[in-house]
Amino acid sequence: MNDAFYVASGIAVLSTALAITRANGVHALLYLVISLLAVALVFYTLGAAFAAALEVIVYAGAIIVLMVFLVMMLNLGGAAAARETQWMKPRVWIGPAILGIVLEAEIVSILARGDAGVPSLAVILPRDVGIAMFGPYLLCVELASMLLLAALAGAYRLAYLERAEG
Amino acid sequence: MLSSIRTLWLTFLHLFHRSETVEYPEQMPYLAPRYRGRIVLSRDPDGAERCVSCYLCAVACPVSCISLQKTEDAGRWYPAYFRINFSRCIFCGFCEEACPTYAIQLTPDFEMSEYERHNLVYEKEDLLISGTGKYPEYSFYNVSGLAIPGKDKGEAEHERPPVDPRTLLP
Amino acid sequence: MNLLLFGLLNIIGILLALVIGAALLTWIERRLLGFWQDRRGPNRVGPFGSLQVVADMIKILFKQDWIPPFADRYVFVLAPAVVMVAGLLGFAVIPVTPSIGIAGNWNIGVLFFLAMASLSVYSVVLAGWASNSKYSLLGGMRAAAQMVTYEVFMGLSLIGVVMLSGSFNLTDIVRAQRNIWFIIPQFIGFIVFLMAGIAETHRLPFDLPEGENELGAGFHTEYSGMKFGMFFIGEYIGILLTAAMITVLFFGGWEGPFLPPILWFMLKLSVFVIFFILLRAALPRPRYDQLMSYGWKVLLPLSLLNVVITGAVMLASGPAG
Repeated sequence: MNDAFYVASGIAVLSTALAITRANGVHALLYLVISLLAVALVFYTLGAAFAAALEVIVYAGAIIVLMVFLVMMLNLGGAAAARETQWMKPRVWIGPAILGIVLEAEIVSILARGDAGVPSLAVILPRDVGIAMFGPYLLCVELASMLLLAALAGAYRLAYLERAEG
Repeated sequence: MLSSIRTLWLTFLHLFHRSETVEYPEQMPYLAPRYRGRIVLSRDPDGAERCVSCYLCAVACPVSCISLQKTEDAGRWYPAYFRINFSRCIFCGFCEEACPTYAIQLTPDFEMSEYERHNLVYEKEDLLISGTGKYPEYSFYNVSGLAIPGKDKGEAEHERPPVDPRTLLP
Repeated sequence: MNLLLFGLLNIIGILLALVIGAALLTWIERRLLGFWQDRRGPNRVGPFGSLQVVADMIKILFKQDWIPPFADRYVFVLAPAVVMVAGLLGFAVIPVTPSIGIAGNWNIGVLFFLAMASLSVYSVVLAGWASNSKYSLLGGMRAAAQMVTYEVFMGLSLIGVVMLSGSFNLTDIVRAQRNIWFIIPQFIGFIVFLMAGIAETHRLPFDLPEGENELGAGFHTEYSGMKFGMFFIGEYIGILLTAAMITVLFFGGWEGPFLPPILWFMLKLSVFVIFFILLRAALPRPRYDQLMSYGWKVLLPLSLLNVVITGAVMLASGPAG
């Protein structure tokens, strides 16, 4: 399990980096999918099978598909890719990169000081997740659902306006 | 929804229907005698070629797939060569209709596939058959231009008197 | 060591059976469609035409495998692989019998199946995008919208089954149906799952992503040779997978009297596969907006209702086991 964890997290980091640096939108999204799948595997190796499955179903299977859908609809050609490449100048990315490296160093130092490695495994079943969500975290779930409902109503309103005008 | 289920059931019942397929190479389909298939050149009942090289078939052909050359032998016209390019032919049968001597005929044979296109160009020896085709008794020279018994030339109904080729008057 | 060997045999056996079964399905489908249209279907090659599969395979392998110059090469090659991988991986969680099955006893079996179903969207979408042709793009967009939509109900329709059996583990779900098949308490769930399954595999009558008469062939217009073959086989693997899931979730999987478990599984599986083909033979395509509004306005409320009713009945009949 340990090896799988390290391989998966390595893939996740690498593919995320690639996703950031790709100029072509769909390629970037593909790397993002790979990254999400790797993260799902990381979850699984940590014992959170339910979270892993949801990661694949919701993020990789639905949200990124919608993003790909959007990119397809926009039909960005070579010109857009060239423009993206132009934006990838060192002047643009050097600041965030330094901040990222500082954060990375911090995490590495913390991990090095503490007991590094995969934490002890406790397999979490879907049943446990459900009990946790509708037990101690009931309020959070309800708040999130309110937020989603508001977002849904907003989206419906926007789409309705468009249709009424068009 | 109900109609969909009914459709499903009715389609399923077709499993027990007899198949309409005619399994062709084993089971030949019936073709009418006047089916427009492979073109042949036929002969008179007495064995002479019917074709008199009048070029009417070549003129009638909408895709110009017939090509022939006239030659004369013993006071009668013959085709020196007669060539049909079946890769162009559309089997319309206009040549058969145009032919005054029933020489060119379409037959109920369609199995003439070839692996090479130029093999579809049929020459006179490929086209000529030894029989009379669809008109066994017919011979052009025994029918055409002959006087009907009891009437002389130009006396039949709707018939103009014969043209005298030796006069200059109209 | 023995266990490992058995596991390997299991995996190889199931993979081979799947791929060969999917290939054979191409012949079975054409034969059955023939019968239902009062024809005979392919009956020339081999006994009853069963070697037609081999002939088709040889033909498709030797066809030119062409990548259009305007396509996005890597994504173009990737797309057909995704459909095969997702389909075959999805089969990993199917318990054919208690002993045959790769991960039939996994505690997130149902979720894994849903995850693989949702990943298979990518093959269609990416194929549509990478081909860089308008028909493919339209097909890919249709497929994306259709499959994302129907995934929602697919997941929701299974919640009832999961509630009744109290597990995501497919082996447990089959065991829970020893007394009564879930088709009876979960009839609405079954109907919704069936529809969603057809839409997920984009089979007729929901094959709008590849509607021939308006989109050429939809997302695989530009594909040829074995890449097209992979889409083709992937579709049949999808059918097998959906039929297997229906068998396991609603019809008691391998359970049945007299016959050995594997035969029962095969029997139920083939009934549903034949049903899928019958649907193709009988029903016309709906319009695209009909498809979408049918999904959101009929199937979604139905599946939610199913969850509510199942929950209410379970609450009323006392604490679940």
